[in-house]
Amino acid sequence: MIRRAPVYLLLLAVVPVAAVALGLLVGGSNLGAGDAWRALTGGGDQTTRAIVWSLRAPRVALGFLVGGALAVTGAALQALVRNPIADPYLLGLSGGASLGAVIAIAAGLGSVWATSAAAFAGALLTIVVVYRLALMAGQLLDSRVLLLAGVVVGAFAGALTSGILAVSDSVQVRSAMLWLLGGLGGLGWSGVAALAAYSAPALIVIAREARAMNLLALGEEPAQYLGTDVAATRRRLYVAASLLTAAAVAAAGIIGFVGLAVPHLIRMVRGQDHRGLLPAAFVLGGAFLVVCDAGARTLFAPLELPVGVLTALVGVPVFALLLRRTAARQTP
Amino acid sequence: MNEPTTPVFALDGATVRYPGAPRPQLDGVSLAVRAGECVAIVGPNGAGKTTALRALLGMVPLEAGQALVQGRPVASWRRDELAREIGAVAQREEPAFPITVREAVSMGRYPHLGPWRAPGAADHAAVERAMERTDVGELAGRWVQTLSGGEWQRVRLARALAQTPRGLALDEPTASLDLRHEMELFELVLALVRQDGLATVLVSHHLNAAARFADRLILMAQGRIVADGVPARVLVPATLSSVFGWPVEVQRLPDGAPQLFPQRQPLPGVRS
Repeated sequence: MIRRAPVYLLLLAVVPVAAVALGLLVGGSNLGAGDAWRALTGGGDQTTRAIVWSLRAPRVALGFLVGGALAVTGAALQALVRNPIADPYLLGLSGGASLGAVIAIAAGLGSVWATSAAAFAGALLTIVVVYRLALMAGQLLDSRVLLLAGVVVGAFAGALTSGILAVSDSVQVRSAMLWLLGGLGGLGWSGVAALAAYSAPALIVIAREARAMNLLALGEEPAQYLGTDVAATRRRLYVAASLLTAAAVAAAGIIGFVGLAVPHLIRMVRGQDHRGLLPAAFVLGGAFLVVCDAGARTLFAPLELPVGVLTALVGVPVFALLLRRTAARQTP
Repeated sequence: MNEPTTPVFALDGATVRYPGAPRPQLDGVSLAVRAGECVAIVGPNGAGKTTALRALLGMVPLEAGQALVQGRPVASWRRDELAREIGAVAQREEPAFPITVREAVSMGRYPHLGPWRAPGAADHAAVERAMERTDVGELAGRWVQTLSGGEWQRVRLARALAQTPRGLALDEPTASLDLRHEMELFELVLALVRQDGLATVLVSHHLNAAARFADRLILMAQGRIVADGVPARVLVPATLSSVFGWPVEVQRLPDGAPQLFPQRQPLPGVRS
């Protein structure tokens, strides 16, 4: 482990830079590295500058922040639920957040700041409902029941979302449908600003709890004996996770599996210490989504795939792998 | 500094009632454990042993009475503050993710580090020393999921020692251990108590082992303390027979430690 550390750290630096470069260069018109660099630094021709500054750069920034936020949220939820098969999508948070956002859109509050706030409310409500539902199955919380409850509540929120869209104004429906499919194209710099403003406090809260998350993974009682106020830590982490999910969903719709695949791969390579895991998850989650988005723009150009299609193509096999490992651990 | 008479752990008329329960789980219990003392809480299932320990550690709300750590109500301690003074090992613990023995023991330093500070030389030294004393140094690189029951208990004890505490609280530390590992663990705990002057309170099902190692036994039944004293004063046939609902006799080992033996008694209405 120690011997490989420099390689790993180098990867953490190189992969995001390469992903960002890819995100800036490919798309409807492929740019040369030199042109893109001149445009970024304020030179070159006006068309290239416009493509880079108004289309590509905000899209890459948004993708990076959304991917990072989702991966960090996934890592935090896995420690909270004490199960590696947890992410904002499976726990219903994404569904609840998008329901909140759609209600805001249907009510005519279309700005990303308003939809983010409404999504936050939706996500918080979801986590409460998911917990209540899981606790009906018994006094002690079983993480598998919790995940099942998350999937059910997520599906319920999805049904309500469809219902609201079906009876809403056609203009609003169109914008909501596009956004729901999951995409990083529409929002531009204002989306980046809203996302950054909503995510920053949540990321700080989660980073501060990295050691507490290591302890939570041991169990509630040991965590308490090793100095964590478990109830307060849980509350802070769930609120932060809801806020991050909400900000990501409001900015880019529902994008699944980033929170599952990225932290899992880091856990496999570098172990479970959340102090290293969380920053790595942010950086690699961001890079992962930027690369997926570059793929979504170019694979069927000029048509554009929803980026969630690509994250699912990577995420579902990882999910299967995780299921198999969990099963292997439980068989004596 | 504490007054030498201030107990590290104390309950004062502590009563605990779980919601909806007909009788309190802990019913006006008072006890004290001082530095350099090893005290075992014993008694039948459901007597309130673990509840008493959890009350001492501020893990259950009290309906009446007080739980004090170093003379201060345990509820007024911040959890990290408490973890710098008291090392506790819960009955069960299953890490959700694979971690190594060294990682597990290092977590004993968390209460001293807070959220941000990196471990320094003193922290590494405390971890090494704790692993050395519990003889888990050779396991340092192993995944904790691959350890035997006895090894895992020693690792958790090492983690509690890495906290550099004044008091130890152990819930059934030998529950799933075989004879040798049970004796090893008790010998280890007692050596720590004698060397460091740790105040140690443990819950045990094994009266005979407890009677040989503990300075004092606290016998509980139905949420109350039935007897509290040196093992020879607590292991009395009449008391034990009524508490456990089965006739027992008590004999002495050559070193003077009392040991109890359940008597044979055919069940009424069961034909042999």
